[in-house]
Amino acid sequence: MRTARVSYGGAIHEATEREGRLQLRDGRMVDNEDVIWLTPIVPRTVFALGLNYADHAAELSFAAPTEPLVFLKGPNTFIGHQAFTRRPDDATYMHYECELAVVIGKTARQVKKEDAYSYVKGYSVANDYAIRDYLENYYRPNLCVKNRDTCTPFGPWLVDAEDVPNPMELKLTTHVNGKLVQQGTTADMIFDIPSLIVYLSSFMTLSENDVILTGTPKGSVNTVVGDVVVTEIEGIGRLVNTIIGDDAFSNR
Amino acid sequence: MSFAKIKRPGSNELQFVRVNAETNSLEVEDKELNTKYIQLDNPISGTIYGTLLNFKGALESLGDSVYDKPYMSPPVSPVLYIKPANTFNRYGGGIPMPTGESTLEMGAALGIVMAKTAVAVTEETAMDHVAGFTIVNDVTIPHESLFRPAVQHKSRDGFCPAGPWIIDRDAVNNPDDLTVRVFINNQLKQENSTKNLIRSVSRLLADVTQFMTLFPGDVLLAGVPEEAPLAEVGDKVRIEISGIGSLENTIVDELTFLRRERT
Repeated sequence: MRTARVSYGGAIHEATEREGRLQLRDGRMVDNEDVIWLTPIVPRTVFALGLNYADHAAELSFAAPTEPLVFLKGPNTFIGHQAFTRRPDDATYMHYECELAVVIGKTARQVKKEDAYSYVKGYSVANDYAIRDYLENYYRPNLCVKNRDTCTPFGPWLVDAEDVPNPMELKLTTHVNGKLVQQGTTADMIFDIPSLIVYLSSFMTLSENDVILTGTPKGSVNTVVGDVVVTEIEGIGRLVNTIIGDDAFSNR
Repeated sequence: MSFAKIKRPGSNELQFVRVNAETNSLEVEDKELNTKYIQLDNPISGTIYGTLLNFKGALESLGDSVYDKPYMSPPVSPVLYIKPANTFNRYGGGIPMPTGESTLEMGAALGIVMAKTAVAVTEETAMDHVAGFTIVNDVTIPHESLFRPAVQHKSRDGFCPAGPWIIDRDAVNNPDDLTVRVFINNQLKQENSTKNLIRSVSRLLADVTQFMTLFPGDVLLAGVPEEAPLAEVGDKVRIEISGIGSLENTIVDELTFLRRERT
């Protein structure tokens, strides 16, 4: 099953996909174009992985890490499907990152590898934008690069774990204005999903709606105002985002 | 007496009380009761963001290494990190010593608690968005390198005691002139002042909200002074911030902590 959180008719609804349309919990059937898409869950703690695909690490001239490079994200940065991400006027290099999002379903502590998948509620797509101009070398990647308002589109759906037989073999693609700019497969992750759950739960307790953004393969290209960026993962979802500029914001 | 908000265990809402920051007591039915005798929960409902290297002495302690690999230059924008929800701990709660570790840094921090949504605020209007202040112990496993995010060192369960309350903004005359003291087993181990912040409280709020919205209930830590005292299992740790109160916790071994968590 695929579920979404949407705004429709002045209220927030949970909805499920049905024959290409959305069925709200109250039974109403609505078209996908008639709702505002929110993030498919309200994320609790969000972990993101840096350099978790060998080809992306090489692209950025880094040796592949020997332990997961994890950073955290705050609630300010998340937006839903079909939303708008701000590119500051002074940025010279802003790139998308198509990532498989793993949503935790229950409390997890010191999980064994063979049990790891039983803690997963479902999967979604995230676009973990980075603005490389703001990179500094303290707690890198720093929040100024990775936790900016509107810079992490997330959605459209939460796809139930039971509907994803092998999350470690999914095709990822990014299209900018219809042109293919990034492609890869989750099979190329350095630390796979069970390893990440084992790693994180070895030193902290994970809870329902914690999210792990599992990193991105190579193919980083600068994006500019007006670009429509589509990050898609086979069987999980197609997440559409549009880049807007400072001129849309009156207070700065 | 000053106005403050506390959170009682089992309650979802903050409760208004009158407190005495000097004696760390609060008014209950016209009597002053010390926090020792009351169960208080962590009063934070939002996200806690920490600020690295915001004390002059903390940056100075890196010396010329800030110009070398891997840092290459001193920090330009605020260096932030998140203390996630699993780290939240209460006044009086045990702080777990992870298996394999023998000491923990006691990171004494002024917590700036937001009242209103703050987006791109100016230094002049920053304080209008603040509800008040609390005391936070940013517990950290000692580590040398500041190059990569210290998630393993800072995000363990119970590593972020906060409290005993959120004291009203108006109770604090000048957040940039507060004495911060850390006592371990009643011995003074550290004394510093928010006079030594690189970015003042208002400046920090202005710079952070340029790229990150702070929501009501979110907390921004002003920074941890250099040479954070180290504590061991069994140590009683008290962080005092003048005009706010004191936060007291004990270091326990991890198994004791887990057992308490489950009961």
